[in-house]
Amino acid sequence: MRIALIATCLGDALFPSVPRATARLLRRLGHEVVFPAGQTCCGQMHVNTGYLAEALPVVRHHVEVFSAADFDVAVVPSGSCTGSIRHQHAMVARRGGDEPLARRATELAGRTYELSELLADVLGVTDVGAYYPHRVTYHPTCHSLRMLRVGDKPLELLRAVEGIELAELPGAEECCGFGGTFALKNSATSSAMLADKTARILSTGATVCSAGDASCLMHIGGGLSRDHAPVKTVHLAEILASTREDPA
Amino acid sequence: MSTFLGMPGPPLRGAEPLRGAEPFPAAAEKALADSQLRRNLAHATSTIRAKRAAVVAEVGDWEDLRDAGAAIKADVLTRLPELLEQLEAAVTARGGAVHWARDAAEANAIVTRLVRATGEREVVKVKSMVTQEIGLNEHLASEGIAAVETDLAELIVQLGHDWPSHILVPAIHLNRTEIRDIFRREMPGVPADLSDDPRILAMAAREHLRRKFLSAKVAISGANFAIADTGTLAVVESEGNGRMCLTLPDTLITVMGIEKLLPTFADLEVFLQLLPRSSTGERMNPYTSLWTGVTPGDGPQEFHLVLLDNGRTRALADQVGRAALHCIRCSACLNVCPVYERTGGHAYGSVYPGPIGAVLTPQLTGIDGPGDPNASLPYASTLCGACYDVCPVKIDIPALLVELRARVVDAERGRKVPGGWAAAMKAAAWVMSDPRRFAAAERALGLGRLVRPRRLPPPFSGWTRSRDLPVPPRQSFRSWWHSQRGGR
Repeated sequence: MRIALIATCLGDALFPSVPRATARLLRRLGHEVVFPAGQTCCGQMHVNTGYLAEALPVVRHHVEVFSAADFDVAVVPSGSCTGSIRHQHAMVARRGGDEPLARRATELAGRTYELSELLADVLGVTDVGAYYPHRVTYHPTCHSLRMLRVGDKPLELLRAVEGIELAELPGAEECCGFGGTFALKNSATSSAMLADKTARILSTGATVCSAGDASCLMHIGGGLSRDHAPVKTVHLAEILASTREDPA
Repeated sequence: MSTFLGMPGPPLRGAEPLRGAEPFPAAAEKALADSQLRRNLAHATSTIRAKRAAVVAEVGDWEDLRDAGAAIKADVLTRLPELLEQLEAAVTARGGAVHWARDAAEANAIVTRLVRATGEREVVKVKSMVTQEIGLNEHLASEGIAAVETDLAELIVQLGHDWPSHILVPAIHLNRTEIRDIFRREMPGVPADLSDDPRILAMAAREHLRRKFLSAKVAISGANFAIADTGTLAVVESEGNGRMCLTLPDTLITVMGIEKLLPTFADLEVFLQLLPRSSTGERMNPYTSLWTGVTPGDGPQEFHLVLLDNGRTRALADQVGRAALHCIRCSACLNVCPVYERTGGHAYGSVYPGPIGAVLTPQLTGIDGPGDPNASLPYASTLCGACYDVCPVKIDIPALLVELRARVVDAERGRKVPGGWAAAMKAAAWVMSDPRRFAAAERALGLGRLVRPRRLPPPFSGWTRSRDLPVPPRQSFRSWWHSQRGGR
């Protein structure tokens, strides 16, 4: 299958190991990975902060770049960016009075998948042949759970990883407090939520906290680092891409 | 409230029931400093959450019930004028009197006039959100009429000169020791050594309230539902104190928001399943009182129904926002909200706190410029979506919050000098809609490897107060991809 990689702005600029791992994993599974070069960002931050007019050119750019590219399906190593593409792009276009853009956005969203969705629902794999000998706890992220309804798909993928020791995260389904610009506009509340999340992560005894979204991990990792906690954050894609020969 | 010298006190109460004195972030900061409040809320919300989850899980057709609830409410809102007239005719035919109030001031004036006409100076009250919304108790007090709250938690809040912080559990912010202290201080006739055993506290309140029930001539209630075709009003409750108010006095005055209608009696079948399981986490609430007009020789012989608009038709006219009027005030969204769980209800500044309050409050009041504290409410959420999942009438609260944020932003577009956020968002959109500009920004970000500040200036200081910044990579993904000729 010819798969277009949506690196996400955060993955591209700050966490390049995440899109790299995504590409490596999909190639190992025998697929062709393309990276439409003009891509930038899905516009989620603008939409969720209320700047819908500002989001419109960002959405239009995304739709134009990917409509022009040749691929079967697109993959995003982020639940929240996938959620924005699937549930917000057409709304932004309609609110901006651009019905044709809304239709194209809907068509594109229909073949855009979050990584665990792509693996489980489109490619039909559970065991991706990964090796990761660490104690890991998984934070399922709000938008993966409640916008995309990915359910246990990421955990099923992780359970099949050789050598992994999965530790259940108490209160896993509760938000880490990031919420995009919420972390800045309501930083006190966000920090209180983060403190509870990191305390629960530490209670598992895991050395790695994983999630399917680099943004949530940036938030959790920022808190763990500030506390000098002995836990590192690793994206789901990096664990699934890890092998004995080429460990993460 | 555990407030010590030098510590921030509780959030300031605004002069209006639907508008706080300060924006949410400032009020939340104060509430978060109260560690006792945090413990009380965490304990109470996690208990109710677990109860709700258990009783919802045992209903096989829960999702169908939610769909039915949402469909009935959507139907009511599209036919509201005709259904309200039908309700008025039915209530009048059964001996009740119907009054229409455009806003809080009209409703308060009507109720005051009706109480005055009885010659009474004290009324008993059934727990009601709508009378909180219009500030009825305060208004009656200013007219020399004492309104006694009879719901236990409302009574605690009233005796404590405090204000409710939850739709269902108004005293959720207090623990039993704090409640015991309020009773000792404010309840006439309680022993000085009153213990904080919940049963003893309930018995003290019971004795206090029985005296009120037996002497009251006038009761004031809200309504959970009103049936248009029969004129029947419904109140659901747990304690039976509402039942006392609805049956013992001579005169009953019910104040009801106009969106509380259901078309037919059969529709109660859906809502009497949805409401108790969602709110108290019970299969059925202990007391459901239904009354239709006046029944000679049985119960109140005079019945008045005050129908309140107070911003509801403004919300109704809004095709996106009207979904908030589906709300049946179950408070399930408060109990699952990670923001509410940490800040409590007072930080929202409105009698309607939590996720539903953050969408309903600004719609009822309108937003009066960027300085309006209610302009901050749509931002009091991470958009985690837990509220939407539990809503019994499927209000997509996160989508409504985004829509309301867009309106706050749009209202500010007219300003000559854009605020910091507007400027930042415009700049970010300019960068992110062009790959060359985006790549240039990524290269600039690489400079962050040299300086990794522990504290950033505002608005980014909000990040560094509790989190380190990520270390920018040596090379962006796109730069690596191109250097590898397609990532090989």
